[in-house]
Amino acid sequence: MIRILSSREALLGAVILVMIAGISLRFPGFIAPDNLAGVFNDTSPLMLLALGQMVVILTKCIDLSVAATLALCGMVAALLNGMGVPLPLVIAAAIGLGAVLGAINGILVWKLGIPPIVVTLGTMTIFRGIIFLISEGRWVNAHQMSDGFKGLPRGEFLGLPVMSWITIAVIAGFVVLIRQTALGRSFFAVGGNAHAAVYTGINVGRTQFIAFTISGALAGLVGYLWVARYAVAYVDIASGFELDVVAACVIGGIAIAGGYGTVAGAVLGALFLGVIKNALPVIGISPFWQMAISGSAIVLAVVLNARRGRVQGRLILKSAERA
Amino acid sequence: MSQLQRAAIPDRLNSPLARGLKSWEAMLLVVAIGVFILNSFASPYFLNAWNLSDATFNFTEKAMIAFAMAMLIVAGDIDLSVASIIALASTAMGVATTFGLGTPELVAIGLLVGLACGAFNGALVAGMGLPSIVVTIGTMSLFRGISYIVLGDQAFNQYPPGFAYFGQGYVWWVISFEFALFAVAAVAFWVLLQRTNFGRAVYVIGNNPTAAQFSGIRVARVRFILFLLTGLMSGVAAICLTSRLGATRPSIAYGWELEVVTMVVLGGVSILGGSGTMLGVVLAAFVLGMVTFGFGLLNVPGIVMSIFVGLLLIGVIAVPRMIRMIAKRG
Repeated sequence: MIRILSSREALLGAVILVMIAGISLRFPGFIAPDNLAGVFNDTSPLMLLALGQMVVILTKCIDLSVAATLALCGMVAALLNGMGVPLPLVIAAAIGLGAVLGAINGILVWKLGIPPIVVTLGTMTIFRGIIFLISEGRWVNAHQMSDGFKGLPRGEFLGLPVMSWITIAVIAGFVVLIRQTALGRSFFAVGGNAHAAVYTGINVGRTQFIAFTISGALAGLVGYLWVARYAVAYVDIASGFELDVVAACVIGGIAIAGGYGTVAGAVLGALFLGVIKNALPVIGISPFWQMAISGSAIVLAVVLNARRGRVQGRLILKSAERA
Repeated sequence: MSQLQRAAIPDRLNSPLARGLKSWEAMLLVVAIGVFILNSFASPYFLNAWNLSDATFNFTEKAMIAFAMAMLIVAGDIDLSVASIIALASTAMGVATTFGLGTPELVAIGLLVGLACGAFNGALVAGMGLPSIVVTIGTMSLFRGISYIVLGDQAFNQYPPGFAYFGQGYVWWVISFEFALFAVAAVAFWVLLQRTNFGRAVYVIGNNPTAAQFSGIRVARVRFILFLLTGLMSGVAAICLTSRLGATRPSIAYGWELEVVTMVVLGGVSILGGSGTMLGVVLAAFVLGMVTFGFGLLNVPGIVMSIFVGLLLIGVIAVPRMIRMIAKRG
């Protein structure tokens, strides 16, 4: 079992290494530690959101509203900062608001039984619209943000930007959550076999609600990081980013039918897209290729995932039941 | 959609509200008339034949896709790539203009690209048994991505004069070509879904694909055809929209998949498959089109309208369920 798991992520890891090696053959600068750290930092938002999306997908749901949640929380953070609210409160507000927005998705799925795709397709546009209403369509630009607000994600600590450290901490947190806690295991149980989960005393709807709340809270955190790092907030930031997030998960081998996936998969799936995105300008391909490449990667990954089929999903469930 | 989810979320048709659903179309009709009356109060310019004719452009193209999407959703699938198919088909037609091709060739290219995209989705979903949501999220990015590769920040706008007819021409008096096409498509899809064996097969597949297979329906083939149809109708919409705008940018029809799905769901088609009528979708098209037009008359910005569309999408499913929950408790 462990062998199969490790080979899946190992394969993806190997593909990423081969890509990096291939690029650095022609452009040696790409493999410099500084540049690789830059790629990691650049991919941080995607990794954070992919982890949130992972727990949602594990429970057989999907969250298409992450990018809109990110943008709304980022705008609120920028506006609060403009009103002179202290930074810790701003960040707490962004995460809290994200959690509330995620909880709204979760409540609609849990209490009203509306299919997640419909709920999040709807809230996606509603959240974007709300950004327009609260910002009156205006941009919040760099000069309207305090230095502390903009500086935090870029601040260096032990050679890495704070944003990278936050990502590393969240990844570590997810490893513990997924592997060591009852909640983490219940995500798998709910997605693997909802009926069986009910019999083992797990509240399916509540677990899905928690997954949405986690995804929303992470989107809120990323909302602050995104706005602070790029020093601009407007209605359309991170537009279409939810597709990249889902792509990262699918590429990382997280089964869209629920019940199967690993933290390493989500992180590597995000890194795969991040490396491509950062490599395109280096090897001289127009950034307009990015969208088609993500799309092909999703389609290819779905095809590859399907070959594993349901058998492994059941194995996972068995091991979850044993634990 | 899996059996499991179906068990967890009972189908509307099987619920005590079955009677209520029968009047769903009636309710939509009331709403459509209400919106119409409100609009006529909102602006003195509303009740004018030419103005009303203009208003129909708000929904005709989306509705043509919604008809095919409705069948797809009744069968338990979904296609989120429709707007991207429009972008790709429109881009292909734009490329064709650079070779100096005439209007008939452009139309053929638009339809063929639509069909090809539908066949690609269908082969992956029906042929390989992959989940339609993820596949079409992928192709949504892929198809529009190809448009971006071809066009970048450029645009095609050298369409031949005859091509303008599809989006700007009038069949008779205020009846635009698009509206006539919409009406013909509405009847054709109504016949296909509700008066043919194929249509019955679609309902059966949506309710229980396994049972459909055992009762001799070629499930994979029917699902493939549905994706082909959706691709084809997206191609038709691409021709109309490109002709109406007279230009192609890669961002053309951005976000339309949401409005098309909203139209279908508002029309009373169960998102879990198995139930819904074409009349409902037609009425929903009118309601959405009139509401959008009314907001436009009141100078409401597009993004605020999209809040309304999102609320409508969720509300249409949520409100009946909330009423049912309250009724159960009370």
